[in-house]
Amino acid sequence: MLQRKVMRAGDQPLVKWTLIALAFITTMLMLVIPLLLIFDMALSAGTGTYWDNLTNRYTVHAIGLTLLVAALTVPINLVFGVFLAWLVTRFEFPGRKALITLIDIPFAVSPVVAGLLYLLLYGSNGWLGSWLMNHDVQLMFSWPGIVMVTVFVTCPFVARELIPLMQQQGREEEEAGVVLGATGWQLFRRITLPNIQWALLYGVVLTNARAVGEFGAVSVVSGNIRGETNTLSLHVELLYQDYNVVGAFASASLLAGIALLTIVVKSFVEWRQARQHAALDELVDNS
Amino acid sequence: MSISVEGISKNFGSFKALKDISLDIPDGQLIGLLGPSGSGKTTLLRIIAGLETADAGRILFHGEDVTRLHVRERRVGFVFQHYALFRHMTVAQNVAFGLDVLPSRERPSAAEIRKRVDALLEMVQLGHLAQRYPAQLSGGQKQRIALARALSMKPQILLLDEPFGALDARVRKDLRRWLRTLHEEFHFTSVFVTHDQEEALELSDQVAVMSAGQIEQVDSPQKLYAQPSSRFVFDFLGNVNVFAGAAEGATLRQGDAWVRLPEAPSSAQQQLYMRSHEVRLQSTPAAHAHLPLRIESVSLVGAEVRLELSPAGWQADELWEVGITHTQFNSWQPSRGSQCFAVPQVAHAIEADAHTPHTLHWQAGEMDDPAAMI
Repeated sequence: MLQRKVMRAGDQPLVKWTLIALAFITTMLMLVIPLLLIFDMALSAGTGTYWDNLTNRYTVHAIGLTLLVAALTVPINLVFGVFLAWLVTRFEFPGRKALITLIDIPFAVSPVVAGLLYLLLYGSNGWLGSWLMNHDVQLMFSWPGIVMVTVFVTCPFVARELIPLMQQQGREEEEAGVVLGATGWQLFRRITLPNIQWALLYGVVLTNARAVGEFGAVSVVSGNIRGETNTLSLHVELLYQDYNVVGAFASASLLAGIALLTIVVKSFVEWRQARQHAALDELVDNS
Repeated sequence: MSISVEGISKNFGSFKALKDISLDIPDGQLIGLLGPSGSGKTTLLRIIAGLETADAGRILFHGEDVTRLHVRERRVGFVFQHYALFRHMTVAQNVAFGLDVLPSRERPSAAEIRKRVDALLEMVQLGHLAQRYPAQLSGGQKQRIALARALSMKPQILLLDEPFGALDARVRKDLRRWLRTLHEEFHFTSVFVTHDQEEALELSDQVAVMSAGQIEQVDSPQKLYAQPSSRFVFDFLGNVNVFAGAAEGATLRQGDAWVRLPEAPSSAQQQLYMRSHEVRLQSTPAAHAHLPLRIESVSLVGAEVRLELSPAGWQADELWEVGITHTQFNSWQPSRGSQCFAVPQVAHAIEADAHTPHTLHWQAGEMDDPAAMI
C-alpha cells in the first residue's frame, strides 16, 4: 500500500531544528550549567575542604533541622491531604467548591507573605502569640514555627494529586465495599489506598522536596539563629553573606543532590504508573 | 424477605427526586423499576439499599424498620450499573471480599472461603477466570462476577441498578435469562432498575413505572401493557397510535377522518389511543370508523410485517404503526404509497387535559365488514 506522508505544522526541517536547538540551549543555560556549577564551586577548594564544610558543626545542625522539618511536615500533610481529598470527592456539602478553591491558597500566596501572617498571628505581639507567651509556649523563632509555615506552604501537594484521581475513580467501588459489610477503615485500607497509592507517593515526593527547600516563609519565622533555627537553605544564604562562597556551595550541593534524587524517584513513580496502565491495556487487547 | 417502602421523599437541593413513594414488594418477587432517566428509580433503589438516606418515609424489610440501619447492617446484595469491581483485586479476591472483611470470630477459615468462592464462580460459569483482573474481562463477564460477589453473602434481597444497560443485545438477553433462573433457584427478593421497557416486561413479576419522582402504576407486565392507567404509561410502554378529534354527538371528527364511539363522550375534545395490535387494516372504511392512511414504509423483518402509515386528509403528531401477518402481507401485497383504512377494535379514550384513559370496545355487529377485510 502506498503510504502518504501527512504534512503537519512544524514538519519543515528548518522549523523543527531551530526549535530543538532553542530548547537545548535554554535547558543548558537555565538548568544544566548552573547545576554543574554548584558542584564545581563546592569542590573548587578540593574534596578535603568540601568534607570539612559538610561536617562543620553548624552545617550538621542545619541538616538535622531540615530533616526534622521534613520528617514532621510529610506525615502531617499526608494525613491532611488524604483526609481533604476524601472529604471533597466523597461527600456533598455546602461550601465544597469553595474548599477546593481554598486548598490552592498556599500556592497563590507568596511564601514570604505566609511567613509574615504566621508571625503576626503567633509572634509575641500577635493575637494568639501573646496568649501563648503567657503560657510559656514560643512558636516563632524556634523550630515549631518553621514546621508550621512549611506545613502551610506544602499542604496542597498531596490533596492536589489525589483529588482529580479520586474524582475520576468515583465512589462506586467504595459503595460496593460497604454494601458487602466493610468498615470505614477496611474500605480505606483495602479499596481506596491501593487505588491511590502511586498518586499518593507522587504527592509525598513533591511535599518532601518543597519542605526541604523552602526558603521564603521559613526565613521570616526562623530568626536565623545559627546552630538553632537555621535550616539548610537558610544556612546557604548565611554562609554566602559571610563571604564563605565555597561553604555556601557545599551546602547548596546537598540541596541539589536531594533535588536530583527527587527527580529520580518521581520518574520511577511515573514509570510505574505508566507501566501499570500499559500492562492492563495490553491484557485487555489480548483477551 | 418482603420490602415495604412507605412514603419516601427525597430532595437534591430544590430538585424533588422522589415524592412520597409507597411500594410493597412481596417476598420472593422480581420487581422492575421502569422509567425514563431522571424519574428517580435509581435513587429509590439506593435508598432501599441504604446508600442514600431519604428525607422522609420508612423502609421495612420483612416488617422490620431498617430506615436507620446502616448499609453495612442491611445485608443486601447490590449490583452496580458499571459493575464496580475492585480493580486491583483478582476475580477470586473480588468475590471473597465480603467474607474477608467479616469480623474474625464470624469469618470462615481461609480454606472455607476458597471453597465458597469456587462454588460461586462455578455458579456463574467463570471458574477458569479466578486469577484474572477485572480489566481483563469482557462486559458480560464483569457483570457475572459482580453478581457472584453480590450473592457471596447469601443476601435475601438483591438490588440491581441497570444491570444490563452497558452490554450488547446478545449478552444482555443471555444474562436476563440467566438472572431469571438464578432468581427461581435461590428465591431472593429482587428489585432491578431499568429504562428498557422490553427488559422490564420480560423479566419482572411486577413492574413499577416511575415518572418525575412518582410511581405511575404497579402491575404485572400483561396488565400494564393491556390496561395502562395513565397517559404516561401508555406512551412509555410500547408504540401507540393516536387519533385526536372533536366530538359531534357520539362521533369524533378531525378533517376527513371520523370514528363513531359506542357511547357519547363527555367532553368536546378527545384522544383515542390504540396499540398496533388493536387496529386492523382494510381496503375500504368500516361502518364505525373512517381513518384513511397512506403506507409510508414496510418492514419485513420479524414475526410480523410492520407498516408505517401517515394520515391522509387529517393530522397526527406521529406516524401510525400497525402489524399484519406475513400471510396477510403475501395476499394483499401492499406497497409504499398505497391507501388503506384503519379499523379500531379496542381503543382507549382520553379526554383533553385528563390523565386516566377509559377503554372502549365496539360490538362485533357494528364494525365488521367481512368483504372489505384484508
